[in-house]
Amino acid sequence: MEVPRYWRLQKQRYALVGEICPHCQVKIFPPRDVCPECGGEAKQPFSFSGKGTVFSFTTMYDAPKGFEMNTPYTVALVKLEEGPVVTAQLTDLGEQPVEIGMPVEMVTRRIREDEEDKGIIVYGYKFRPVMAGTH
Amino acid sequence: MCDVVIAGIGQVPVGEHWGVPLRTLAARAMLAAQRDAGGLKPQALYVGNLLSPVVSHQSNLGTLLADNAGMSGIEAFTVEAAEASGAGALRAGYLAVLSGYVDVAMVVGVEKFTDAVGPVIEGAMSETMDYDFEATNGLTPTAAAAMVMRLYMQTYDLPSDGLAGFPVLAHENALNNPNAYFRRALTREGYARAAMLSTPLNLYDKAPYADGAAAVILTRPDRLKKALEHPLVQVRGSGAAIDTLALHDRHDPLAFHAAVVAIQNACRHAGILPADVQVFELSDNFSVYAALCLEAGGFAQRGAGWKLANGDELSLKGRLPVCTMGGMKARGNPAGASGVYQVVEACLQLRGEAGANQVRDARRALTLCLGGPASTAVCHVLQTWQ
Ligand SMILES: [Zn+2]
Repeated sequence: MEVPRYWRLQKQRYALVGEICPHCQVKIFPPRDVCPECGGEAKQPFSFSGKGTVFSFTTMYDAPKGFEMNTPYTVALVKLEEGPVVTAQLTDLGEQPVEIGMPVEMVTRRIREDEEDKGIIVYGYKFRPVMAGTH
Repeated sequence: MCDVVIAGIGQVPVGEHWGVPLRTLAARAMLAAQRDAGGLKPQALYVGNLLSPVVSHQSNLGTLLADNAGMSGIEAFTVEAAEASGAGALRAGYLAVLSGYVDVAMVVGVEKFTDAVGPVIEGAMSETMDYDFEATNGLTPTAAAAMVMRLYMQTYDLPSDGLAGFPVLAHENALNNPNAYFRRALTREGYARAAMLSTPLNLYDKAPYADGAAAVILTRPDRLKKALEHPLVQVRGSGAAIDTLALHDRHDPLAFHAAVVAIQNACRHAGILPADVQVFELSDNFSVYAALCLEAGGFAQRGAGWKLANGDELSLKGRLPVCTMGGMKARGNPAGASGVYQVVEACLQLRGEAGANQVRDARRALTLCLGGPASTAVCHVLQTWQ
């Protein structure tokens, strides 16, 4: 990932900062310039709790460049408590089988390998299962 | 409005053309289309391509391909809409001729995968998604399709081989297509044994990426100085629509809304209903997408598209033949060129030149090409011109 892009995306990647629409109060992640629900301009930051459930998922055996070292890895659509769905890797799965509806929470993890010797290690959000009794 | 007809078609065999440069691959299809059109010279070239800037480090294909094919001085540029690039280029060519500003337009779809390998290709294809919020988290188009497939199978309670009918049919139809990448049969047992690419999606649920180029020449019938040896095919309707780029932004990931709108617009434009076609070339780049294309066209209820592939309805002698020359699955998927291959194959059917795969009394065809999980959809209605 290029250096300017890395800095630009930090708030989203480390803290799940999206937006709340000032017109219709819908919560938006990732940020957009126009609210998908009411068409108003959206620009008010909102920090998501990082809690959600698995909406769909897949374990990938054929990785793109930069992810080969992690193969196989599991990517999911995670439905956040506040409404939006995000794409993220699942982590800390252990022996636990993944299921649709499984509660998960956000953690910050290393996402991909150094790219073309630029020396950047990309960190960002992943989601892990919520242990029974800690939710 | 004037009639716009396809006066010539050309294609190269889909496959691994390691030794052939992108420009030559395109030129072979372009010159074949031009010969088929009786030597008609285009005033404009619209190129459908996705990967060239990333994989071949080559932009401005319009100029490169026209220049290389001896078409200096004409208008030429690229249309990019992920895997729907070729269909988008056809729409650009169609609108140009329809408007009257261009008398003869050439459309070429070309894709060169073999300038790179493995992870680089998956990475390049991932750039068709939301790079900041999908690709950066390790998602690929294959993984996105796998998540759609899991939702589809769970929501509609499919057996594990519920989608096998699509690749089995595609492989069967490709047996007689000399331009197909895979000319060998696939059994349901073979499907069941296949390795997982991205659970629950296996090797046969995904159309193989490969090199290819296909071209057509569009014009008005009154521009043809002499009669051609083959029938003309009219572009009768055209429609295109988008949905959210990212799968995660869909309210309902199993509704291919852009495909619904593109089909409706193309059919309304043509003054027909989807049921009025005899051939449907759809996007089977992933088997679950083929099911969702059928549902988008109203050929099956939502959640029932997969069942059509388990009977005879979609075969060459069925009610609605699909992927008649092997589809993306078995003919091969040259991404940005696929939309043009679909149209060339539909033309073969409508001209009565599909050989052993000829659909009887084929007079009208629907082509539907998707970019991503129907993030983009482009649809055309083609029919024999009289
Ligand atoms: Zn709003």
